Order: sequence, then structure tokens, then C-alpha cells
Amino acid sequence: MNDGMVLAAAQERSAEPIRAGFGRGLAKAGEQDSKVVALCADLTESTQMHLFRDRHPDRFIQVGVAEQNLVTVASGLAHAGYIPFTSSYAAFSPGRNWEQIKTTACLNDRPVKVVGSHAGLNVGPDGATHQMLEDIALMRSLPNMVVIAPADSAEAEAATLAIAKDPRPAYLRLARDATGTVFAHYGEFVIGRAVQLREGVDVGIIATGTMTREALDAAEILMARGVDAGVLHVPTIKPLDDEAIVELAKTTGLIVTIEEAQRIGGLGSAVTELLSEHRPTPVLRLGVDDRFGESGPPRAVLEAFGLTAPSLVDPIVQFIERTNRTG
Amino acid sequence: MADFMAVLYFQEMRHNPADPDWPERDVFFLSHGHTAPVLYAALAESGYFPTTELATLRALGSRLQGHPERNALPGIESTSGPLGSGLSQAAGYAYALRYLDKQPDRRVFVAMGDGELNEGNVWEAAMFAAAHSLTNLIGIVDRNRIQIDGDTEEVMPLGDLAAKWEAFGWSAIDADGHNVQSLLSAFRRARAADKPTVLIAHTIPGKGVSFMESDHRWHGRPPTAEQRDQALRELELVL
Repeated sequence: MNDGMVLAAAQERSAEPIRAGFGRGLAKAGEQDSKVVALCADLTESTQMHLFRDRHPDRFIQVGVAEQNLVTVASGLAHAGYIPFTSSYAAFSPGRNWEQIKTTACLNDRPVKVVGSHAGLNVGPDGATHQMLEDIALMRSLPNMVVIAPADSAEAEAATLAIAKDPRPAYLRLARDATGTVFAHYGEFVIGRAVQLREGVDVGIIATGTMTREALDAAEILMARGVDAGVLHVPTIKPLDDEAIVELAKTTGLIVTIEEAQRIGGLGSAVTELLSEHRPTPVLRLGVDDRFGESGPPRAVLEAFGLTAPSLVDPIVQFIERTNRTG
Repeated sequence: MADFMAVLYFQEMRHNPADPDWPERDVFFLSHGHTAPVLYAALAESGYFPTTELATLRALGSRLQGHPERNALPGIESTSGPLGSGLSQAAGYAYALRYLDKQPDRRVFVAMGDGELNEGNVWEAAMFAAAHSLTNLIGIVDRNRIQIDGDTEEVMPLGDLAAKWEAFGWSAIDADGHNVQSLLSAFRRARAADKPTVLIAHTIPGKGVSFMESDHRWHGRPPTAEQRDQALRELELVL
């Protein structure tokens, strides 16, 4: 844990959308650096960019419903010396404009910040078209790109300030629905650093974004069932904290990854790629298994996909039993 | 296209080959990156890098990549190749100059192909530039009427291009893309416009080479050594 970082105790936990932290962070980043500008594709309040717009109206640019234009205008602004933050729903940015991000932000190596709000299943009722599950895979494959999925609003705020100061292009993955807080206090966000939130020796759970709260809650239930699980929070999916992940694999000998995204190409893929080369370890990858989402209340959809704390427990216990039997 | 690039690099644009990032320069985006050889020739002839290096085009390890890359060569403002994204980048730069930097004297130029106008990103950018009155932005469309699969009016008809741009809130100027006086006049008009301006440079692809003129099959095919020599002989006669 960083200096100043404090886990929220049970009685301190509340719920807030992760995107709210981004909105606060961006407004602050705009105060810290006059080169920070913000562009939005007709979703200014949804993505919480209105906090920046209201405080820095001369540095807010409306581009309309045009996500390809959103990131390429941003690239031009970056070329002119500015630090542009772009926001839309993740389903459209990077969902629609991936090539423009690749060519004009990454290959050009410009500090364009792509903020994908409303990622994952937790947009609930909107259904499969708006439930962005492939963004981690898309963005992780791009050279130069930093990929961050904060666990709660406090971390999102800190991460926003961190990427505003970083010269690389970055993708920030946010969620719509209010989710439980993880941190009571958050210090400085360090890009590329994982955070060990819970010690444990029986299995090492690696989670990102909204799933970190679920992983911590699942670890409590697991302990009641006699399983001592460690939890490593990986907010930066790229560059990955290789050392922390390999260390966890050494300590526990069993790894479970959890993400609110497609299993193909996501955090679980990244962890498996790393461990297969540096510390071969059995890995259970929990996430969305090569299918589309569907409409429903957010918690109900997550439950149906096995991505709430209670529904995570059985697959983890079975994985441990199966691996111990064959191992 | 070589004609309007020559007018841009040797007459119209303010730039400094000795200092490619000169803070007072005009900025040029090549949107249809596959025409990189013309840009490379303009940059080399301007003095950004030795003309002898032009022969390394597309070779392994060359700075002259198949499509232009910003970090590969001095004078390249932005990487391009995938079509349709040059105008929006130029619009972003022009927005920064006009509203954030408050440098009204600097201008942003962007060259586009006519086939490229099939891309929706171009029209997103056209709306954006008009909405923000980017009078410091000048587009040049190489209206050569060919694209990879054939005649532009058969593949995906563009029709009256000037009317299209005007409908999007731009000032549109038709020019003879091979006539230096016509091009200079068009650029003078662009300076006076109170809207973003597009020059529609009517050109003949392969002009001056008998076996290449207006034949879309030469869009992406290099000539043999024999064809190259013949083409150069014919062009020298024109000059």
C-alpha cells in the first residue's frame, strides 16, 4: 500500500460511481495544469466531465456524437502541446474509434487520454450493445498505451491526476453504477503498481476495477469456509506489475483473476501470459466467458454472470480442490 | 498532387527546414498517407533531409516508411495511412492555435484524397471545423477522380464536391491543380475567407506520363525500371 492509502473498514464503506472520482480528478488536474483540456462526445454529465466544463469552460470542447473525431481532434490538440482528456461511453470510445487511437495517439506517441465510462456489465438495463467488455483486450494490445481500471472513485480521482502528468497515451476504464468503496483514503496513484490489499496463503486473487471490491468480500466468505485468500488489486493492467504478481504466485501457488470484462485478452490473459513465462502456476480466469451481456438490474446481471462476491466463492473453492487433487 | 505540394512548400506555407518544430510555423497534415513519396520529395527538396535518402523509400530500416510516421523523419507532423483522420487532427491543432494559444497568424493545412472523402470521420471533422469557425484551417482535396477500385463517381459518387463542403459550412474554391497561378489565387482567396476553406484541386493522376494518365490501376502499383525511365523522359520533355 502507498503512503496515505487506507482500506475502508466495513463501517466506513459507502457506494459511489467510479466515474464520479474521474470528474473530480479532472477538474483538479485542470487547476494544476493549464495545458489540460477536455473533449466530450455529447455525454458530458454522464461521463462527469461537466465538473471540468463548469470550472474551465474555455478549455472544454464539445465534439458532438462523433467518437472518431473525438480522439483525432484530441490528437491534434496534443500535437499543439496540450493534454487532452476525451470521454464517452467505453462502448463507443474505444469501441468505435480503436484505429484512430492506434494511429493518431499511440503510433504518434501523443498524450491523448481516452476515458471510457460505463464499461462492463454494470450499465445493466442498457443491455449488450452498451456493456463494453472487450475494451481491456483492445487497449492492452496497443504499444505505448497505459491501461487503468480503478477500483473505486477515490482511486479514479488519483489515477486521473496521475495520467494527466504522464506523457503516454492512456485508457481509463470507468463504471456507471455506484459500487462499494475500497479505500477510505488514497495517496498518490503510481502507474504500474499493484496493491496488496489482503494477505493469504491458500490462493492469490488478482482483481481489477469493480471486481476488487467483490474480491475482498469474496475473501471474507472464503475465510469463513477455511480458505485463506490473498487479494492483489491490479489497477494498472498495462504496464503490469510483474514483480507483485510473480511474488503472489510464489506465496500461494494458485492464482484466480477476476474482471468485469471478456476473459479473452483481459487481465486474466495478461496474468497468464506473465506467469507462463516466469512462474508457471495454475490460473483460474473469472470474467465474461466469450458471450455478450444482457439487460437487467446491474447487480442481477453481475450475479447471472457469476461476478458478485457470493457467486465467486464456489468456483474458487472448486478450483482449489480440483488443483490440489491433480497437483 | 506534386504541383500543389510544391506551391505549399515553396510558396504558401511558413516553415523552417532547419527547425522543423519552429514555434511560428504553419502546420501541414498529410491525411492520405499513401501519397507519402510526394511529401518526402517536398521535404527533401526543402532541406529537411538529404535528397539522396529518397531512394530508400520503403526499405527495411529506412526513415521513409511506406506511410509517413511522425517520429521517423523531420518535418512529418503526424502519422497517417488509415484514411479520414487528417482533417480532424488538423482541426484540433487549428482549434488550439485559435482559441487556446491565441496565435491567429499561424495556419494549418491538410491534404486529402478525393476517395478518402468516403470516410465518415472527414465529415465529422468538417462539421466540427465549421462549428468552431476555424478560419485558420485550409483543406486541399486532390480531386483526381480515381480510387483503388476505379472512378470515384462509380465506386461511391462524390458529385458536386464544392456544394457538399459549402453545405457543411465551409468556403469551397475550385482550382486547376496543375496550374500554379490558379493555386496561388485560390490560396489568396482562402486567406480572406471568414470560414474554414477547402481547395478542390482538380488534377489528372499521372499527368505528363502518357501511359499513366487517369488510369486508376496506377494508384498503388510501382512502375518497372523501364516504365520509370520512360516516365522520366516524358516528364523532362514537359519541363
